[in-house]
Formats: sequence, C-alpha cells, structure tokens
Amino acid sequence: MSVHVSHLTKLYGTQCVLDDISFEAQKGQVLGFLGPNGAGKTTTMKIITGFIPQNEGKAMVCGHDTEKEPMEAKKRVGYLPESNPLYHDMYVREYLEFVARVHGLGNKTQSRIKEMIEVTGLSSESKKKIGQLSKGYRQRVGLAQAMLHDPEVLILDEPTAGLDPNQLLEIRGLIKSLGKEKTVILSTHIMQEVEAICDRVIIISKGKLVADDSPGNLQQRVKGSMAVRVEFKENVSAESLKKIRGVKDVRQDRNAWLLFSIGKNDLREDVSAYAREKNLTLLMLQLEESSLEEVFKSLTTSNSKL
Amino acid sequence: MFAIYLKELNAFFSSLIGYLALGVFLLVMGLFVWIFPDTGVLDYGFASLDMLFVTAPWVFMFLIPAITMRSFSEELSGGTFELLATRPLKDAEIIIGKYLAALTLVLFSLLPTSIYYFSVYLLGAPAGNIDSGATTGSYIGLLLIGSTFVSIGIFTSSVTRNQIVAFVLAMFVCYIFFDAFERLSKLDIFYARVDDIVEQTGINAHYTSISRGVLDTRDLVYFISLNAIFIRLTHLVLQSRKW
Repeated sequence: MSVHVSHLTKLYGTQCVLDDISFEAQKGQVLGFLGPNGAGKTTTMKIITGFIPQNEGKAMVCGHDTEKEPMEAKKRVGYLPESNPLYHDMYVREYLEFVARVHGLGNKTQSRIKEMIEVTGLSSESKKKIGQLSKGYRQRVGLAQAMLHDPEVLILDEPTAGLDPNQLLEIRGLIKSLGKEKTVILSTHIMQEVEAICDRVIIISKGKLVADDSPGNLQQRVKGSMAVRVEFKENVSAESLKKIRGVKDVRQDRNAWLLFSIGKNDLREDVSAYAREKNLTLLMLQLEESSLEEVFKSLTTSNSKL
Repeated sequence: MFAIYLKELNAFFSSLIGYLALGVFLLVMGLFVWIFPDTGVLDYGFASLDMLFVTAPWVFMFLIPAITMRSFSEELSGGTFELLATRPLKDAEIIIGKYLAALTLVLFSLLPTSIYYFSVYLLGAPAGNIDSGATTGSYIGLLLIGSTFVSIGIFTSSVTRNQIVAFVLAMFVCYIFFDAFERLSKLDIFYARVDDIVEQTGINAHYTSISRGVLDTRDLVYFISLNAIFIRLTHLVLQSRKW
C-alpha cells in the first residue's frame, strides 16, 4: 500500500475542513481527487506531504507515518503544489540541481536532470531563467522537480492548470505512463481529465468523502433517465416530440433535441420509428451517456452518498 | 543544509544583492577610514583602526537586514516555502543554511578590510606599531555582531511575508540591542540599581570588552546565546504552521 490514509480529520479553528477521510492508493494507479473548491483536496494533499499535520487520523506513505517518520515519508513523495511555486531568479537547470542536492542524488544528478528535461519537454527552455518561462513551461518545471528524485508517490495538485490543449495531452500522457509504475494522486476540476487518465476517482465534498470508485462504475451508478440526442432536417415542435412513446422530457440544444426517457430505456428505436412515420430526415441520433460531470454534480450538491 | 547554504549563496552572487552589499560596505568604510578628514586615519595621527570598528556596526545595522530580509519573506510570499518544507529537510536545517549563507557574506565583506590593517601596520612609526591584539579582538567582535544581526534579520524575515516590514523590523531590533540598551541604562530609574544589567543586555558593552583584545567567555556566551535565541525563535515561528 503506497498511500494509506485513515480517519483523517483537520480543523482550522472551529471549521472542520476534513471530516474522517479514509482511502488507499496502490502502486500502478492514478487516483483522481475531485471536489468543488474548498472541499478539502489541497488540505488532504498538504497532510500527505507532511506540510501541515492533521488533528486526528493517520497518513502513511509507503509504510511510514507522516507524523512519526516525516523524513522517511518525505523522501518518497514528489509534490507539485497548487500554485506551482518556483524561484523565478534561478535557471531551470540550477533549480533542478538544487533539488537534486536536497535529495542527495549524488552522481546520479546529471543523468536524472537530463532525463527529466527530456521527459517533460523542457530541452529548448532549459537554459532560461524560470521567471522567463511561460506558464505551461513553468508547469513542466514543477513536474520535473516533483519527479526528479524518482519518488514512489507523486502528489500533483492541479497539474494541468494553465496548459494549452497540446501540452495538456502531452502532460496527461506523461502522468498516465508514470502511473504505471508509481502511485499518482492528482486533483483536478476537469472531468475529461479524470475520464482520460484516472484509474480511480475519489470525490470529496465539504470535507467528507462521498465516492471512491472507478470512473466507469461511477457513471453507471448515477440514477435518473437516459438521454438521446437527435437532429432532424425539418423543423419539429417540442409538443410532437413529447408524444413519442417513452419520452419524459424534451430540451432543445442548438439545432438538436435532447430527449429524456422515462426510466432507463433506450429511445433510439422509437425515435427512428417516429421519423419514418412523419417522413422526417434524421441527421443525427445518438445515445448520450451520463457523464461524470453529472455524477459530480449530483454527489456534491445534494448530501446523498453512493 | 548544505544544499540550502549553496542555494542562498548563489542567490546573493547571481543577483546584485551580494555585490551591492559588499560594495556599499567597503565604500562607506573606505570613506570613513581613509577619506573623511574628521575621522580618517591619515589626519588622526595614530596607527589604529578604531574608526573602522566604530562605524562598521552601524553600517551592518542597515546592510545586514537588507541581506536577510528576503530569506524567509520571499519563500513565504512566493509559496516556495511549502516545497522546501515538504522535502526531506528539517526546519532547523533550512534556518541554519540560510543563516550560514548570510554570515558568509558578512565575512566576505570584512575580509578586504584586512588591507586596511596592513596599510596602517606599515604606516606606523616605526612600522608595525599597531595594537594587533586589540585589532584581532575587534574583528572577532565585529563578526559576532554580524552573526547576531544575521540571526535577528532571519527571525524578522520569518515573521512576515513582506520584505520591507522584515527589513525595518530587523533594523529596529538590531538598534535596540546594539545601542538602545546602553543608553537606557543611563536612565535615573535604573541608576545604581540595575543599570549594569541593562547595559550588559546590550551588544555594545560586550563589543567594547572584546575590542580591547581580551576574549572573555562571558562575552562569547552572550553573543552565542543571543544568536541561539533568535534562531530558536525563527524555528518556533516556522513550526507554528503546525499548531
């Protein structure tokens, strides 16, 4: 068990930020941390990395208690904080050399730095000062410093914030490949990211853990109706669409219509029958999968627990 | 600790801060010791470096807070302290690394003034007619004052994210310890009761004693404790994030 968190509770003054959170993260897994702003994602990460202590509970990294053996735990963690703090006056290489010295990499220093600069795609920028880099490149420096000492556990607080779409794909690919041999815990607001790279999702809301499952399972578990997206060449009215068998609700979405079913029925057959009957030309007919976004919304707005 | 020390030292010398501090210190010292007619050695007629040792602590009082003000304030305001604190480093190592780096800069600023010593040594009539014991003592005293100011500066820097606040606060505390205690001891309410204790709390009394060339353990203990107190206070401030 690489990261083991049990009954974590954190109070800021009288405000309870984390309330009895327990979870585990295994090697070879990318764990996604989801939750609205202020849910306690960053606080949990700060506790695992040993920056602040918890009021109750325990956080273990590779079998080392972050409170009792902080040095052993910290050696095994690579951390990218939310704001990606860096020394703007330092050169990229100089900064990585400093990090290597802190971790006592010794004669592996240069080869590790070379590897990290290549992996994160910093080669063209490695001779610049960090302050001169764009946000995306700074983010890469942040990732490089987190991975430099080859830690078993990577804690990444919103690692893809501020990246352009190409960089986004690259960095996601990098995290995914890292996740094969390491334990990666990352927090994010972006649902597609979770669907793309996470093997497991933990949703936190108001300091409480509300879900801990794979993205697939979470999608299946969401209750409610199924939707079908349909587009006709001709104009049709909402009233006539509502008369199709099994349709509960109709909503217009630009040129297309979203039809919601009563219960969990596939509406596609009925819709195509309706189009034939009325002599309409179907331009599109597609089953809408309930997205993680809906799961997230239903879990973090109501107090329900899956 | 060594990594922090090197990083801080690099930061001094890869930016202007280090050269500026050294340059200003040496310029002001040169003016006072050699150029200004009221204070210069050449017009004074005696082979002594007293002027250097009287002026240097006052210049330190401005320059050392300027060197140390960024040490923690910058890390706190930039968020880099979080990264430092989550690396396998003890808080004490971070503090000592920064402390030693600033102290090294102070040492570098004093080294070139050894030229003054050799000049005055040769200018004496006959040559070599200078109180070498007192001069050595004064240098040790200056270094101890420098280290105390560094520990004060690092402490005030850990209290605030604002470098200007850290600078002004450090200058104030340095002044209180260097000069204010001695002056306060002359107040009537202290007279003949605790005036010697008040005076001994200040730095100047111990500095004067060391400057005579007699290295008294009491003075050494005073300086080391003062350093230790401010380093410990810094440690407490850093640890307070865990309260």
